[in-house]
Amino acid sequence: MTDAALAGELPFPPRPDYLRAGSTLLSWLATTDHKRIAILYALTITVFFFMGGAAITAVRVELFVPNGWFLTSDTYNRLFSFHGIIMVWFFLVPSIPNTFGNFLLPLMIGAPDVAFPRLNLFSWYLTLVGGIFAVYTLVAGGVDTGWTFYTPFSTMFSNTHVLTAAAAVFVVGFASIATGVNFIATTHMLRAPGMTWFRLPMFVWSIYATSIVMVLSTPVLAISLMLVIAERWLGLPIFDPARGGDPILFQHLFWFYSHPAVYIMVLPAMGVVSEIIPCFARRRLFGYDFMVYAIIAIAGIGFFVWGHHMFVSGQSPYASLIFSFLSFVIAVPSAIKVFNWTASLYRGQISFNSPMIYALGFVGLFTTGGLSGLFLASIPVDVHVTDTYFVVAHFHYIMVGGSVSAFFGALHFWWPKITGKMYPESWAQFAAITMYFGFNMTFLPQFVAGYLGMPRRYHTYPAEFQVYNVMSSAGAAVLAAAYLLPLVYLMWSLFHGARASNNPWGATGLEWTTTSPPPPHNFDLQPLVDRAPYQYHAEGESAGSDAPEVQNARSLR
Amino acid sequence: MNAIFALPEASTQAVRVDGILAALVIVSALTLALVFGLLVSFAIRYRRGSKAKRGRLPEIVNREFEVGWTAATFFLFAFLFWWAASADVGALTAPANALEVHVLAKQWMWKTQHANGAREIDELHVPVGRPVRLVMTSQDVIHSFFVPAFRIKQDVLPGRNTETWFQATKLGVFPLLCAEYCGTNHSAMRGRITVMREEDYARWLSAQPEGDDLAHVGAKLFVSQGCSGCHASSSAVHAPKLEGLYGRTVQLSDGRQVRADDAYIRDSMLQPKRDIVAGFDPIMPSFAGLLDDGDIQSLTAFIRSLGQEHGHD
Repeated sequence: MTDAALAGELPFPPRPDYLRAGSTLLSWLATTDHKRIAILYALTITVFFFMGGAAITAVRVELFVPNGWFLTSDTYNRLFSFHGIIMVWFFLVPSIPNTFGNFLLPLMIGAPDVAFPRLNLFSWYLTLVGGIFAVYTLVAGGVDTGWTFYTPFSTMFSNTHVLTAAAAVFVVGFASIATGVNFIATTHMLRAPGMTWFRLPMFVWSIYATSIVMVLSTPVLAISLMLVIAERWLGLPIFDPARGGDPILFQHLFWFYSHPAVYIMVLPAMGVVSEIIPCFARRRLFGYDFMVYAIIAIAGIGFFVWGHHMFVSGQSPYASLIFSFLSFVIAVPSAIKVFNWTASLYRGQISFNSPMIYALGFVGLFTTGGLSGLFLASIPVDVHVTDTYFVVAHFHYIMVGGSVSAFFGALHFWWPKITGKMYPESWAQFAAITMYFGFNMTFLPQFVAGYLGMPRRYHTYPAEFQVYNVMSSAGAAVLAAAYLLPLVYLMWSLFHGARASNNPWGATGLEWTTTSPPPPHNFDLQPLVDRAPYQYHAEGESAGSDAPEVQNARSLR
Repeated sequence: MNAIFALPEASTQAVRVDGILAALVIVSALTLALVFGLLVSFAIRYRRGSKAKRGRLPEIVNREFEVGWTAATFFLFAFLFWWAASADVGALTAPANALEVHVLAKQWMWKTQHANGAREIDELHVPVGRPVRLVMTSQDVIHSFFVPAFRIKQDVLPGRNTETWFQATKLGVFPLLCAEYCGTNHSAMRGRITVMREEDYARWLSAQPEGDDLAHVGAKLFVSQGCSGCHASSSAVHAPKLEGLYGRTVQLSDGRQVRADDAYIRDSMLQPKRDIVAGFDPIMPSFAGLLDDGDIQSLTAFIRSLGQEHGHD
């Protein structure tokens, strides 16, 4: 008998889960259910992920030899530009927030939906409109400015489709803003009774901090692209030095958004990892409150480090010193997080399910990427390695090694909740390990090539760098295979996977107390919260040795 | 093998950069060893079902622990910042005896010009052991002057001069690369820096076709463009005199004070209404469109030569 029946209440009438609540196309395209919108986002960004991936595959194949063999320089430039624009704005920025954030935020705080469900749907349509601009740009012949749109190249010299590309990013930026506003309101207004701020799971904190960064920084991106459009299309003198403009102004505006954007991409990843590690180590998250403060510190200081992208641009050397100092400062909270994740394993009962492998992989790759950030924060070293493959390796370690690993970790961790199905675990573990090694094979050589002086965005390169490019391209093949694998076995699991229980991992968190998949309004009974998250064991103790079901039953009554 | 794994340290700055780099590599390697070591040993020791001790956590694992490693990380990073920043500040300005070379970048070519007027394309010959100051500008988009062997890189901007300097310590030929994406043939915008002995350099320089040096070209432009009509000492028009101007602090009519450097002189030619010298009327027309970047470099050199003569008197 169920608890409700024991308490003398009538059992609930059977109701369909959110996936079966409607099966027409309209029930998806006009849905305001945050879970269905999350699925729409997931499908959209998967398409973009493989488009961006296809572009960079061509680039990596071309780079096998120093002087190119099947692309012209113009095509090459358009391919890496397309890769950057798609991956940053149409995959990484919306990846975790708009899929898992959308799906999980209301569930985790015990709410029936986000605060503004229709705005939520509208933001997906904006992403779609932006995506159409981006795809049009590609079909019409592409854009060759790189994802950074540096002036005066983008405004006066490029002969490609800069306007539609900028429009694509401009529109998708508003999707970010809408989502951010929605999540902020949801976190403030819709927390279940008893869900105080310091009982929020780290994932909610990370999505909340990310949303604030989105809302504050994305308008600046819109402004800078608007100015590019104004100069290129209407001929207004803004960045053109011959008419009193300043091309460096664009870089300041652009990086004022684009550095915080790095944290838009990586903070949610940190949130995901902070959920997965305690669950599979059966431990409380070490230093929960420090983890919260660290996230807030990263989000805040992240607004004041943009100048470290511009040490060689001709900005004031004194400004550079301040940006250098702040860039070292922001590494402190990141280091704290790494130490805390590591300490959370101490005296745990660790099992190595695929989400945990992705999470541990994240910690390793994020640490490597973060440490390489110290090189770039040191002005004399940055002068040498900026705009080389060292920088390419650095930000791919953070954004691909870090964020994409965490994205796959989240996908495997919450897949049973989202779809109600279990996937083949051994395949998932195999893919996770392959991804980790494929990633390192691709990007470790690029640190060396960059230090030796190979500039980024080079179609042809001096022959001495070939060995590193061949290593990198070979690694990319492994990485591509690792990205395709989950597509296959996760699809398979939809049709043939075993039914998932409500809480297959024995995790804490409100999302695991409802059915898998959840009903349209998430909870049959309004959840009440009377404890902090991650209570896998009593305070001051370490992991218990009993089965996850027992531990879980204890922590959730 | 050496060429693959090591980059020549061919300038004084290269040694400094590699010192900081080595320290960062050591710090990173130790941190990685610590984090990976802990991850792996915890993963093995505390795998599910292992016999390792669990139970009550030791007292030491607490808040002080957290504060401790936060402070340790902060002081380590602050030290690294201080070290890197002091190396940077030390290398900000070129020594006074530096050779001056003008660099003009355009899609997709480097033009260099020595003080005596000798010009090169995608090449630069310099003497070893002598500081060389590069004064650079671009004719179109942003480029970046990158010599890996010297560990120097500086963006080259349109409409503005940027500077960097180096002192070569090794003889040889070193690649020059454009490091800021500048369009179709960005990756082909490469050149060579040839470092020669001082006497070889002198011989090479004298063997170059006789070009007028920059200041003489500038002097001709000064007359042919009509500047001398107002700015020559003999002129009756009330205009600022240029003798001794270069490097001086100028009082402007709106109360600001600016140093008469390359950027100020450039602005004064192209946007004369922007900085009006105190006591003068804003009557000068703009020369934007009439002077190209090379002309401006020459005129600037001419104005500087006036200043030098004045200083010698």
